[in-house]
Amino acid sequence: MTNIRKLKSSIGINLLRLFILLTVFFLFLFLYVIFAKGGSVVSWEFLTESPKRFMTEGGIYPAIVGTFWLTVLSIGFALPLGIFTAIFMTSYAKPYWLVRIVRVAINTLAGVPSIIYGLFGLTVFVRLFNFGVSLLSGALTLGVLALPVIINASEEAIRSVPGDFRDASLALGATKRQTILRVILPTALPNILTGAIISIGRVAGETAPIMFTAATFYTRLLPKSAMDEVMALPYHIYALMTEGAHPAKQVPMAYGTAVVLLALVLLVSTVAIVIRYRIRKKRKW
Amino acid sequence: MDFKEKIFQSITYIASICTIVFLFGIILSLFFEGLPVLNFTSIKDFLFSKDWYPTMFPPKFGILSLIAGSFVVTLGALVISIPLGLGAAIYISEIANKRVKEILKPLIELLAGIPSVVYGLFGMAFLSPFLIKVFQVPIGLNAFNASIILGIMVVPIISSMSEDALSTVPNSLREASLALGANKWETIMKVVLPAAKSGVISSIILGFGRAIGETMVVLMVAGGAAQIPDSIFDPVRPMPATVAAEMGETAIGTPHFHALFGIAIILFIITFISILIIEFVVMRRKK
Repeated sequence: MTNIRKLKSSIGINLLRLFILLTVFFLFLFLYVIFAKGGSVVSWEFLTESPKRFMTEGGIYPAIVGTFWLTVLSIGFALPLGIFTAIFMTSYAKPYWLVRIVRVAINTLAGVPSIIYGLFGLTVFVRLFNFGVSLLSGALTLGVLALPVIINASEEAIRSVPGDFRDASLALGATKRQTILRVILPTALPNILTGAIISIGRVAGETAPIMFTAATFYTRLLPKSAMDEVMALPYHIYALMTEGAHPAKQVPMAYGTAVVLLALVLLVSTVAIVIRYRIRKKRKW
Repeated sequence: MDFKEKIFQSITYIASICTIVFLFGIILSLFFEGLPVLNFTSIKDFLFSKDWYPTMFPPKFGILSLIAGSFVVTLGALVISIPLGLGAAIYISEIANKRVKEILKPLIELLAGIPSVVYGLFGMAFLSPFLIKVFQVPIGLNAFNASIILGIMVVPIISSMSEDALSTVPNSLREASLALGANKWETIMKVVLPAAKSGVISSIILGFGRAIGETMVVLMVAGGAAQIPDSIFDPVRPMPATVAAEMGETAIGTPHFHALFGIAIILFIITFISILIIEFVVMRRKK
């Protein structure tokens, strides 16, 4: 009887080990395939030149520039909105029914499929506001998509500021606004930024929301204004894999682009992890 | 109250109301552009007809095959991601020592950070030829391929949320169980998991919502055939893939255009219901 119980226990625990090994194995296989097949494609020319001959030669510079601007503009739009919403949810939080509705809205926005953001951007930004298929439409669409992530991170950051800080500031005669702006926000800022950086990784890799709002298949030009169409790294990978007539030349370029995008996303999230680690070490409360 | 105080407070209100405006913007734009499809087909034909021939004359807008495609790849993904994700969560929270934990957690987070289009590339250029060779199937871009890739993508969602749930189970429960003579495995299965049940279920529903809404992977690797599959190795055309593939090729305002928004309404309703279920489960736990 005890032997059977022991046997069951060891089978169960080894099964868990097997599962986690499978997951880790897949991760390494995945990274190996992408970097092995794409690593040799990446060169200085690949990073700094425009695509040539219908994307069978040349580089991905316009896509790097496009992804940079899409990311910067979308975070620039979503970060202030997100921080102010988080301040409302943590510090004012009245009336209660509004808090409930905002909470449901945030949770729903976080779960909406990315393709639906694309349709929303197409209907509202591209057509209703008449921004056309442009950097601006794409950045606003991505900004709305990043908003719930930023709000949740900012809220968590503000809530982790000890209540004593707030009480001490208020007791010294500071107003609520002064307390938020000069005590709570500065204390929470590193954590808020960590959340913002994580959402950068998310925004930079999204494809579906920009398909109909910002991205173009092929251009040799860089965007001159926010009203221009742009190339973007994730969309470029998709286009290389599904359009065009020379798969033998396009697939290696897709791998190369994937290496650049992955390196970018991994770099950004590593920065976030390092910042988070350093904050936790430095924190004295 | 001071004038500046009022202004500041108002800004936070306006920002919060923006989130509600965006949500309504999404719902309104879907329904405004999607409901007109009912001028061209009945709601019954739209939902229950298998015939998706949007460019034929006359066009047919039945999305049953697309719904079937979505559910096949999503359930396939869950079959993979529930054991892997829950297994990872249990291992990290209950068995691994601190050092192993600190290695495993970021590795699994890494899976969550990989852009979906790169997963799609992997499925198309690597997994598809591999499946053709190993399973002797004619097409490598099929429901099976999409299920594997989606399954891996959902692992970090299930594992991180389940792990949170497991870690909130008080240690006294584990100690009581061990003190009564139960071994580690029995404690996990009969005490810890049941105590964390609502969080684990929420994580699975969240994973379901993520898998059914994921676009790039199914667009690139599911095969794209609008049919109800006979086997897991058949190509399918899930709902998000249909919208993404056809929106660029249809003119604005055509029946086909409205039909694609109609598909998006169905997709939105499915994900919204899953979000409501999670809210309900979480609410119940808090009581």
